[in-house]
Amino acid sequence: MSPWRNGRRREPGGGGAGSATLPGRPIETPGREAPEDGPGRHGQAARVGPARIPAAAPPGETTVPTTAPRSYYGQPVLKEPVWTFEIPWYMFAGGLAGASAPLAFAARLAGNHRLARAALTAGAAALAVSPPLLISDLGRPERFHHMLRVLRPTSPMSVGSWLLTALSPAMIGAAVADRLGITPRLGRTAEGVAALLGPALATYTAVLVADTAVPAWHEAGAELPVVFAGGAAASAGAAACLLTPPEHAGPARRLAVGGAVAELAAAQVMEQRLGELGEPYRRGRAGRLSVLAKALSVTGAAVLGLAGRRRPAAIAGSLLLLAGSACERHAVIEAGRQSARDPKYVVGPQRRRLDERGGVHAPGPETAGL
Amino acid sequence: MTVQNLPTPTFGGGYAEARPRMGFFTDTSVCIGCKACEVACKEWNLLPTGALGFSGKSFDNTLELDAETWRHVAFVEQSLSPPLDLAGSAAAATEGAAGATVRRGMFGGAEPSAADGAGATDGVRWLMSSDVCKHCTSAACMEVCPTGALFRTEVGSVVVQPDICNGCGYCVPACPFGVIGRDREDGRAWKCTLCYDRTRDGLEPACAKACPTDSIQYGPLDELRERAGARLGDLLAAGESRANLYLADEANGVKGAGAFFLLLDEPEVYGLPPDPVSTTRDVGAFWKAAGIAAGALLAGVAAAFAGGRR
Repeated sequence: MSPWRNGRRREPGGGGAGSATLPGRPIETPGREAPEDGPGRHGQAARVGPARIPAAAPPGETTVPTTAPRSYYGQPVLKEPVWTFEIPWYMFAGGLAGASAPLAFAARLAGNHRLARAALTAGAAALAVSPPLLISDLGRPERFHHMLRVLRPTSPMSVGSWLLTALSPAMIGAAVADRLGITPRLGRTAEGVAALLGPALATYTAVLVADTAVPAWHEAGAELPVVFAGGAAASAGAAACLLTPPEHAGPARRLAVGGAVAELAAAQVMEQRLGELGEPYRRGRAGRLSVLAKALSVTGAAVLGLAGRRRPAAIAGSLLLLAGSACERHAVIEAGRQSARDPKYVVGPQRRRLDERGGVHAPGPETAGL
Repeated sequence: MTVQNLPTPTFGGGYAEARPRMGFFTDTSVCIGCKACEVACKEWNLLPTGALGFSGKSFDNTLELDAETWRHVAFVEQSLSPPLDLAGSAAAATEGAAGATVRRGMFGGAEPSAADGAGATDGVRWLMSSDVCKHCTSAACMEVCPTGALFRTEVGSVVVQPDICNGCGYCVPACPFGVIGRDREDGRAWKCTLCYDRTRDGLEPACAKACPTDSIQYGPLDELRERAGARLGDLLAAGESRANLYLADEANGVKGAGAFFLLLDEPEVYGLPPDPVSTTRDVGAFWKAAGIAAGALLAGVAAAFAGGRR
């Protein structure tokens, strides 16, 4: 126990039985969220009136702590990410490119050159749009090259900038060499380099979002890379299936279906393990995107897996999988935003952490809040 | 290009002249909510006025720290229950302190009401606190900055270089306190510099200079921590049972801060995170998870070809 914390011990017996459950300012969920939240404790707290004393949690509700987290007028503790629409699309494109690179390399090794060409084309196209997406999101786009002043392992964005700088020329160069039939040896080398860097590009974006104070991202740092790697495999496989006749697309089909299964399973595990912080993934816009992503991916994987040997079904299944993977990235980004916006997701887990460490909780026996 | 991996900075490192780490001690028990700090900060740093509206949240009209607001005064109104018991309990508290007279904020304590009846407090406990960038030891904003725009100064503060920042916005969600913001029009990230253009030359920051009650104190961190410890003891002895020091030592997720606070209630009541963690503490584990996922992706591609080449 730190000497600085002396004043913060729980006061034994102070204020009677109710004191420990009388926070000064229980956080109220904004009204428009209320229908989705159902008749939870926040809705009840709002009905109590000016005193804002939260009612007891309804029986069976386990995700809400016994004491509602307090906040400053419900103001967010964290800043919401300022990133705009480009970022989830970049994460989708980077994942597609990142998984296309090893797919192309493996297809080349296996002698399936049609599939190699398709994967190279899809990956190169995705990498061609990635830098413009990233640069246009900057507050000062003309200074994009400042990213290459330093290399910093604690900054996934820095690592990613270097990865993208290395992978883009390799992948695009390999695709061009393949199409034009020039410099085959250099082209193959570039394919090998891309195959090594690709998986890193597909997963570093998960580290990028996890390495923030945003609770729904930071606490999901163990599973998010798997979600993103699965989504990358699904989208890369699907893109290759779109560009390859079905008789040559077997490995791409299997990669797409396997990736979708991994993405769905990892997302499910993540939401379960997160407990209260899984809520942002199930509520509001993030929840709708997440449901849509799962529906698209399940349907896409089923169509591609069961009927992928027929061209129309392969196209339909691939498009569904691509859409599902894109939706999943958007859902993750939106869930993070929602968790940063609502102070209960920031204060609640931190307060419980503190309580577990040293029992420092002093709502105060004599204040009831206004 | 330089490789930067400095999870725990060494203070004074890299500078010719070794200087003690300087910082703020904000004693909220004497804050009177005058907002002189907010105004002085905007004046000195030439920051836009921002919102001048009425927020409906007590006297707070800035509501948060942001690219344009580097000092923010929070106003917390708490009703005392039972309201009329105030004088009695306050008298008891004062007696308990054996006649110790401890100066408190305008409405933070109860001495005036004991004499004036319903006068000043009126059943309300009014907490005020001037918030600012914490200049963390483990500063997430600096550690995630991909351009090196954020750096540690010779007095230990964390400052954005406006000529380097390209507005990537990574520092914004990385800050566990929601301090740093990206200016909508300007496109770059901005936050408190601990008045680098003053502190570098040995002057105190504008907010501390302007504070009429010395609620904001600037000085060597060691000295401030000692002073804060003594002040906390006085307040506890005077019956201010929930007084606590926030971020005053190194035993927290940001490994200590260049700006710490004496609060009269839990941090979250003032809009501060109760147990902040610098996100980069866990980045090693995240990289490891990503490495495993990347390996699994490679294995998955290989497995996809195991079922046949076409």
